[in-house]
Amino acid sequence: MAEENTLDPIHQFTIKPIVGLHPFGIDASFTNASLFMVIVVLSATALMLLGTRSRSLVPGRVQSLAEMAYEFVASTVRMGGGHDGMRFFPFVFTLFLFVLFCNVIGLIPYTFSVTSQIAVTGALALLVIGIIIVYGLLHNGTRFLRLFVPSGVPVALMPLLVPIEIISFLSRPVSLSVRLFANMLAGHITLEVMGGFVVSLLGAGVFSVLAPLPFAMTIVLTAFELLVAVLQAYVFAILTCVYLNDAVHPGH
Amino acid sequence: MVLMASNEQEDHTASTGMPAGGRGETRFPPFDPVNFTPMLIWLSLSFGSLYLLMSKIALPGVESILHTRAHKIANDIAEANAFRARSEEAATAHDKTIADAKAKALALAQETHARLNAETEENRLALDAELNARLATSETQILAMKAKAMGNVEAIASEAAAAIVLRITGKPAGQEAQEAIARAIATIKA
Repeated sequence: MAEENTLDPIHQFTIKPIVGLHPFGIDASFTNASLFMVIVVLSATALMLLGTRSRSLVPGRVQSLAEMAYEFVASTVRMGGGHDGMRFFPFVFTLFLFVLFCNVIGLIPYTFSVTSQIAVTGALALLVIGIIIVYGLLHNGTRFLRLFVPSGVPVALMPLLVPIEIISFLSRPVSLSVRLFANMLAGHITLEVMGGFVVSLLGAGVFSVLAPLPFAMTIVLTAFELLVAVLQAYVFAILTCVYLNDAVHPGH
Repeated sequence: MVLMASNEQEDHTASTGMPAGGRGETRFPPFDPVNFTPMLIWLSLSFGSLYLLMSKIALPGVESILHTRAHKIANDIAEANAFRARSEEAATAHDKTIADAKAKALALAQETHARLNAETEENRLALDAELNARLATSETQILAMKAKAMGNVEAIASEAAAAIVLRITGKPAGQEAQEAIARAIATIKA
């Protein structure tokens, strides 16, 4: 059974309850996913609070990391949403940091990758789109609907273009969540399969001399996955900014 | 009862990580709706607490650090600029002092030069005039002495001629001879 699990690339995504909690008949069990969400929150908080605790004028390593994250997200938000977009800065920052820490912590062997769960990425994407719709309607009223009406287009084309715009708007949460989920899932499966090759080859007599090849591949892939982890967090944040820009400044 | 049942089912699914034998269907864990509720509950709790921690504590802290630093840098640069302006001012003042001193020295030198030239010229002219005056007096003196000497020469010559006439003829020169001598002397003088 244990052997089978090691070679099963899907096993790593399994949710295991650690403490079963069922308040009011709702399943709120503290699972391994929950554990790693808490770990992510604690690490992110440690970076941002403990790292900046000394408040030194010349930052140390951790403080400059925290400042870099701050300035990076701040410039991204300013680029996407302008000055008005800065009210979403804490939200985008939290989103970026959460996704980044989920992705990077998930790369450590024997950990759980929270962002490889479509429920998590889907919920985050729906949160983004929900905020865009609610803020867009509250802030701009019906002008928000101009988002679906491209300007400078003949009225005759509107029956064709408006549905396309609506579909493209509705596909945003899907693409946002599936992109992150699929990247994480595929990366972890690839790593697991490569690692499994190493184990299989080592147990295959004379073929065990070939075992270093997939092992080297695993190292390369791990580096690549680190890139993907950071890149996907960045993509998530920057697309959120681009979409938020629509809520702040509707109309093309 | 219901709680127990769902718990058991989840435990079963989770512990094997593979479909339960009796259900006969493959269920990929990320797509298993059983997992969704606890995951979403814990996601909202953790994401919400992270949002609160970031927006209420961490981000204002970092912002104040960055603000303090930007402020300090701007102040330092302004101070440095003020110092530079002051040093430039001092440098121009210094240059000006040097230029003034040079101009003064040059003027003094030129003035001294001119004064000395004038003095020399004056001295020279005075000396010249004195020498000229002395030359003129000497010349008049010479002329006077010459005239006097010439007068004497006439007297001597006539006396000598008279003596010659007396020696040759044995008697003093007469009126006629005296006139001839005077004529001869006048001819020689001319």
